[in-house]
Amino acid sequence: MSFAMLGPYAAFIVWSYAIVTVVVLALIGWVVSDYRRQQAILRDLDAKGITRRSGREAA
Amino acid sequence: MALIDLANPTRFLAFSARALPWLIAVTVILLLVGLQQSVMAPDDYQQGATVKIMFIHVPNAWLSMFVWGVMSIAALGTLVWRHPLADVAAKAAAPLGAAFTFLALVTGSLWGRPMWGTYWEWDARLTSVLILFLMYLGLMVLWRAVEDPSRAARAAAILTLVGAINLPIIKFSVDWWNTLHQGASVLRMGGPTLDRSYLIPLLIMAIAFSLLFITLHIAAMRNEILRRRVRSLQLLQASRQPT
Repeated sequence: MSFAMLGPYAAFIVWSYAIVTVVVLALIGWVVSDYRRQQAILRDLDAKGITRRSGREAA
Repeated sequence: MALIDLANPTRFLAFSARALPWLIAVTVILLLVGLQQSVMAPDDYQQGATVKIMFIHVPNAWLSMFVWGVMSIAALGTLVWRHPLADVAAKAAAPLGAAFTFLALVTGSLWGRPMWGTYWEWDARLTSVLILFLMYLGLMVLWRAVEDPSRAARAAAILTLVGAINLPIIKFSVDWWNTLHQGASVLRMGGPTLDRSYLIPLLIMAIAFSLLFITLHIAAMRNEILRRRVRSLQLLQASRQPT
């Protein structure tokens, strides 16, 4: 489907889909980066010997 | 595994780690099918191709209210049952709800300009959705502002339940007041008024976006559980340091 086939208001349609795409990708990026950040902090604490009680029991 | 077993954060982490890859796969497939169906949908005799905005506007508008509904149930879990995952669920849902509400407002505005001749009108539907968006932002600020997590959870739960009054106002605003926004055409007494060529892509997109929310919500809940573990470990570390 070409831009011209979307008629005189093509820009409104394209902008709508573009904004939704950007925001959804931003949400995915936020969730993934937040997970990596928390995991990195937990690994750092674990390396310093700061672990959960259940973690120490398991070790 | 019984549903109640997931109340344990460790069990929830294990279960969600197995469920997430499947949820992601189904969400991506449904989004692709929904987008393909949306692109192929015929132009409307009045709206022309701008009817395609409906396939992303309506799912986001539906989610803007559904997410607050989920948060309201979680708020009851916090206040009544003191469920260990209730506040985690509510806190993880708020940014997602804010994003979907923002998208409903923006896509509605971009649809309104060619159809109504204006980006914005202070009518009952648009104004009540804007209030919902501001309430999402207010809740997110509240969680950040109150340092004690249990106090923040109770305050946020009360605000969430008070804010739930806005949901029926949004839903029935087009019936109760004379608004520029059109009335309900899918969830209404007497069944949908939409033609099948629009209804099917719309339903696929609505299910796909709902699954997108569920997937992101579970992932964000996992992050929130890890964040709380980090906090408790950092407090433990601080208590061990010599004064």
